Amino acid sequence: MPDTLPTDSVGIVTPQTLHFDTPITLACNRTLDQYDLVYETYGTLNDNASNAVLICHALSGHHHAAGFHSADDRKPGWWDSCIGPGKPIDTNRFFVVSVNNLGGCHGSTGPCSTNPNTGKPYGPDFPVITVRDWVQSQALLADRLGIGCWAAVVGGSLGGMQALQWSLDYPDRIRHSVIIASTPRLSAQNIAFNEVARQAITSDTEFYDGHYYEHNTLPRRGLMLARMVGHITYLSDASMGEKFGRELRDQAYKFGYDAEFQVESYLRYQGERFSESFDANTYLLMTKALDYFDPAYEFDNDLAKALSRAKSEFLVLSFSTDWRFTPARSEELVNAMISARCKVSYAEIDAPWGHDAFLIPTPRYTAIFSAYMDRVAREVGA
Amino acid sequence: MRTDLKIIEPWIDSGSHVLDLGCGDGTLLDYLQREKQATGFGLEINHDHITTCLGRGVSVIEQNLDTQGLGNFEDHTFDTVLMTQALQAVRRPDMVLDEMMRVGREGIVTFPNFAYWRLRWYLMRKGRMPESETLPYKWYNTPNIHLCTFKDFEALCYRKDFQILNRTVVDGEHQDRWLSRLWPNMLGQIAIYRIARKTG
Repeated sequence: MPDTLPTDSVGIVTPQTLHFDTPITLACNRTLDQYDLVYETYGTLNDNASNAVLICHALSGHHHAAGFHSADDRKPGWWDSCIGPGKPIDTNRFFVVSVNNLGGCHGSTGPCSTNPNTGKPYGPDFPVITVRDWVQSQALLADRLGIGCWAAVVGGSLGGMQALQWSLDYPDRIRHSVIIASTPRLSAQNIAFNEVARQAITSDTEFYDGHYYEHNTLPRRGLMLARMVGHITYLSDASMGEKFGRELRDQAYKFGYDAEFQVESYLRYQGERFSESFDANTYLLMTKALDYFDPAYEFDNDLAKALSRAKSEFLVLSFSTDWRFTPARSEELVNAMISARCKVSYAEIDAPWGHDAFLIPTPRYTAIFSAYMDRVAREVGA
Repeated sequence: MRTDLKIIEPWIDSGSHVLDLGCGDGTLLDYLQREKQATGFGLEINHDHITTCLGRGVSVIEQNLDTQGLGNFEDHTFDTVLMTQALQAVRRPDMVLDEMMRVGREGIVTFPNFAYWRLRWYLMRKGRMPESETLPYKWYNTPNIHLCTFKDFEALCYRKDFQILNRTVVDGEHQDRWLSRLWPNMLGQIAIYRIARKTG
């Protein structure tokens, strides 16, 4: 944390946990008898609970979206650039809820939690969770928090998929759905990258078919590789070129196989750090949730038909250099919305950072996001 | 109220589904949403205009008519497709008109009249490309690459078998003057046309 708290920061925040003991039935037809959801809130819920905004996180995200956990924190939450007083999601006006999704590894019940029936970690026995399941659990959280209808559900990437699913599954409980750098379904190429990541994890000898907890070890190499390949898809060729070019760590080639180029050491460092802090089973689960996401599937692959249930308004944003979920994928979604007669706005934002651009404020991104959320706030009297 | 809105308003039925090509800051759609309970979208490429639309609750889609067309809109989606002061700036006005009449039942088009007497006089007197309050550009930097006259437009509508339901000829302030009604192609500065497909 900086020496003095920035005025546009939500400040020191403390995560909260809610325990649910009513069984939840999941898309895979299995049931979780009880579970915890950990979440953070920023801002104040108004008297008629009309100003609540739900933040949905992406693959490696969690509930800590804004502010600092303590004065010693080096970095703020993952979307601090967009959440805070005077920021696009203005905490002076909105009550913001950010939840760690079921199956995660940051406090909500997931593969590394203890299975009450066995006394051991769930590990690979934890059910595969889908975007629909997350939305269902978020709705149950909303019930407990006294939120009948979200002013907006907002998310980037996998988070955007949840924002979309919300509009389909709970059309009366969401006024606005903000879908950033996302897609209505993964392409074969997207799934292929996920499969490489999963293979890297499951083929690590320390993985023990997902039971590594009992062997007091972690599939570090596998998770590191998974993160490295994932990370490449979050950046753009141009942004990697800009950041690393062909820069070497030392002056000359060593004619060996150590990390000589800066980009190699960067990826290794990122991968290693990630492998210590993220759960491999959760990573597998999250990539599967991505692969399975396809709201059109139950509607004869007709996305417009799926969207005909939606009542919310949509803002869809894409980024010019995003090659993971390209602007064309967002346009596919927007066109289905147009044909379903949804109220939708769309903009493609010029940004050099690839998929990661949704986390990085640029003047146009901030202006669009702020203008839209300001209008949402006025609409709900916040 | 903007005078062109006043002219267009009676041509839009209550609850219409409309598409505004080059919707600018969304003034027209905002007005139609509030006064006519219209639904629909604006297409725009200007970044500031898009932001303004979002702030006022007008659905806007960043889409370039010249490069992207209207291919993402299905046939007969809209009751009315509007295009104010943009026809002369697109790469192929004839194709845009075709597309307007494909996705919409009716079209409302406004554009400046290049046969307006002041422009004729300017060209005749100076022998140079006319500049005016409505057309304040040099020939080399003008966005208006397909200027035409009322007669030209009507000839195109005739060739395409479009029916002209209404035509209001106005001056630069969108005022309807008796003189410009008398001799529109000479005395009218801007025309607002309401067109429809003749068949189907």
